[in-house]
Amino acid sequence: MNALIISAIMGVVMMFSGILLKQRSTIRGLALAGLFISIVLNVMELYGFHLFRINITNMMHFDRFSLFFNTLSMGCTFIFFLLSAKEMEKVGVGYADYFALIFFILCGIILASSFGSLLILFLGIEIISIPLYILTGSDKRNLKSNEASLKYFLLGAFSTGLMLMGITLIYGSSGSFTIDAITTPETKPGVLLIAGLLLLMFSMAFKVSAAPFHFWTPDVYDGAPTVFTSFMATIVKAAVFIAFIRLFYHAFGDIHDTWKFIIAVITALTLFIGNVTAVFQQSVKRMLAYSSIAQAGFMLMAVLALNSIGSEGILLYTTAYCLSTIGLFAILVKMKDFTFEGFNGFAKHQPLLAAAAVVFLLSLAGIPLTAGFLAKFYMINAVISSGGFLWLVILAVLMAAISVYYYFRVIQAMYFKEGEAQAMEVSSGFKWVISFVAALIVLLGVFPQLLFSWFYF
Amino acid sequence: MIALLLIVVPLLSGIAAFFLKKENSAKSWALFASIVTLAVSLLGLTVLNKPELLQFKCNWLPGLGSSFSIRLDGMGQLLCLLTAISFPLIFITTWHRVYKNAHNFFALMLLSQAGLMGVFLAMDALLFYFFWELALIPVYFLSSIWGAERRIAATFKFFIYTFIGSLLMLVGLIYLQSLTPDRSFDIKSFYAIVLNSKTQNWIFWLMFVAFAIKIPVFPFHSWQPDTYEQSPTAVTMVLSGIMVKMGLFAIIRWLLPVLPSASFAYGEKMISMWVIVGMIYASLLAWRQDDMKRLIAYSSIAHLGLMVVAIFSETEISMQGVMIQMFNHGINILGLWVVVEILERKYGTRKLSELGGLAQKAPAMAMLFVIVALANIALPLTNAFVGEFMMFTGIFTSPISEYEMITVPAAGITIILGAIYTLRMVQKVIYGNTNALTETGTDIGLNEKLVLGIIVILIIVVGIYPQPFLDLTKDTTNFILNKANLVPLLKK
Repeated sequence: MNALIISAIMGVVMMFSGILLKQRSTIRGLALAGLFISIVLNVMELYGFHLFRINITNMMHFDRFSLFFNTLSMGCTFIFFLLSAKEMEKVGVGYADYFALIFFILCGIILASSFGSLLILFLGIEIISIPLYILTGSDKRNLKSNEASLKYFLLGAFSTGLMLMGITLIYGSSGSFTIDAITTPETKPGVLLIAGLLLLMFSMAFKVSAAPFHFWTPDVYDGAPTVFTSFMATIVKAAVFIAFIRLFYHAFGDIHDTWKFIIAVITALTLFIGNVTAVFQQSVKRMLAYSSIAQAGFMLMAVLALNSIGSEGILLYTTAYCLSTIGLFAILVKMKDFTFEGFNGFAKHQPLLAAAAVVFLLSLAGIPLTAGFLAKFYMINAVISSGGFLWLVILAVLMAAISVYYYFRVIQAMYFKEGEAQAMEVSSGFKWVISFVAALIVLLGVFPQLLFSWFYF
Repeated sequence: MIALLLIVVPLLSGIAAFFLKKENSAKSWALFASIVTLAVSLLGLTVLNKPELLQFKCNWLPGLGSSFSIRLDGMGQLLCLLTAISFPLIFITTWHRVYKNAHNFFALMLLSQAGLMGVFLAMDALLFYFFWELALIPVYFLSSIWGAERRIAATFKFFIYTFIGSLLMLVGLIYLQSLTPDRSFDIKSFYAIVLNSKTQNWIFWLMFVAFAIKIPVFPFHSWQPDTYEQSPTAVTMVLSGIMVKMGLFAIIRWLLPVLPSASFAYGEKMISMWVIVGMIYASLLAWRQDDMKRLIAYSSIAHLGLMVVAIFSETEISMQGVMIQMFNHGINILGLWVVVEILERKYGTRKLSELGGLAQKAPAMAMLFVIVALANIALPLTNAFVGEFMMFTGIFTSPISEYEMITVPAAGITIILGAIYTLRMVQKVIYGNTNALTETGTDIGLNEKLVLGIIVILIIVVGIYPQPFLDLTKDTTNFILNKANLVPLLKK
């Protein structure tokens, strides 16, 4: 609750800061300070400190899981600001507005991760989506950016329609918006409920870019300004996943058997299409777009398993994935050429950045000693513990092996090939932050309990 | 303490080596660190050979049922000793080679040593998997950065191959963990699992593929000759001398005792058959090779195949033979690579057709080379004879083999072929007339004499008096065979 209200206030404050403050560095500082305050207040809420007392019974539940996730996602946003806030200047004129929109998205993330009612879920998803449509099209003079924005908006609106329809049907069958009241262990799922469930599942699958609802992803991620792609491919996607799991755990957990096969098929398709298509990409940015689809396939395994290992794992997975992808995008933004060849010989010119990029790529590929490995390990473990679906697990690891191909192409270009990779000058502060992120990934890969012990106290 | 030091010394010295910018200091540092590791390993075998020093356990991932648990048993001692001996020898052999960014090269070498030690020491399945991959990553970078012309494609093939294998193994390990009574990755819990044969069968394949790729067993071997050829020789030594042992080792420790009925069902009847086909095929290919690196690579496939057959015949004598042969093969192939390294550095070629007459120009090298080559053929009085003799005896007398009248003669053919291609190599390199290239040849220097001398001494000493090695691994062998628990299976 604390963080939600502070983020909303910060969103408004940032909107006006564009008029009142002339210095861009001041605007940036203000945004960082505001975000820092909301992180601190959110952590304090974990320890039982409430700034506001508002009756939100049945509408929202700020339980440990959601508060913890909010801390993680705001922490990742903080790192995103540190690495890329300066790059936003180059996108367009409304520098302060971008921060305002991101703060509004954070509000949506908090709603989506803490909802107790389908209405709040809808609100959260919409508050996330609408600022994203704007951010995608924020490079106004770029045709690709405009195209991406329009495409995203039309398809997003369509999927929102599906979601509303699903909510209506579920309300019709159960008579309640409260997620805990929708099903009970005795529930015999009727046609209305199943239809509503499927519509909700498809709209959520659209939002997390799971196949076969992924077609918007590569174009939108490619067309959007790279700094914002970094944000929407990581933190936003993670939040929607948390909403996905929360919805299906609370609302439909009791009728798990009726829908888990459909999720398994969606997972398999997502893994297959994401990984196989990524192999053929020539641009690193587009490769990362497909890789984000592929990674979504792994995260869907937590929705499929729906057990405690899965929910623990999704926290680790989202953290590992967000940190690695944000770091990689932060380096990508500095490059002159986004193709694989553009990275040739990068290690010679920027040894530190190249080493950090290796850590990020290894983590995405799921190589031991990085957080990405344990994240994948958790997902596999969750599915195996829930019983069944071994074909899916084996498919998943084979796809992980394919993912090595395209992630390692970047490593090969950076280290093994000769070339003159062109990169912009980077400040020493940037280098410090990127080394910190890389170190964090390795640390979480060896001692994941650093994350969980904090979660469980 | 000893167990922990075996991992920590190469690991920390490897990380430190990244920061040594001077080439010579990095080189000396790596040699020093590897000698310290060797000393630790020898201490663990002799003075400090006490159970409490040889194991170490602490909490690591309690939520996942995994702990940092390492222990040196007899087999571990032997393979750690092999690893510890090999690295100083490799560093001395390649002393005069100049590497670009030498500090990174030596750092990665030491890190791969740490990974290998970890594989041989781990007593926890997840930890084992961790080290299994950790040994691979530095080798991938070493080969891709410092290798020959086609290095990127060759090592990438190698990486993808082994990575697919290890991921399948990971699925198998997680599945096994979910079946353990206390949901733990500890090796004791794994040994306590009782499974019906249907479940065993498909987990067996998940895990065996990983090990088969690493060894490599025909038909999973196609990465190997390319990778050996394209890697810098120092890395080829690590790959062929030690890393391939990971696969054999893993079958013995993680497959036979955990999945006994599946190992019995597939090992002797199916795997042994196709391994033998692969051995003959590899031997014939070795015969036709012109490049020494590829010749040795194929010869290695044949030698390791025999060990796989011996493991699955599951008798005490064949298993003991495998143990000692794992050590011997590492030493012998290291000796062959040393010769290749010398020839390549001196004459710039590894092609048999371009060499010749070196016995006149480099008599010391020729003598030592012949001994190593004879060991590769497993002539009596050399170390390999002991191992191969025991393995053949075991395969022939094994109570579970049904086709020993086919397997033993067929495997015997590969020994003959081994003699043919090894002697052909010796003949082409050191006998005959000198040509324009070898006309100006000189004999080897002191450090090369030292390395080859140590290897030859090991070959002869183990060949004449193998008993200490056999005593070392006796307990492990009996333990594994007890776990594999053949008697009830045979009665069925």
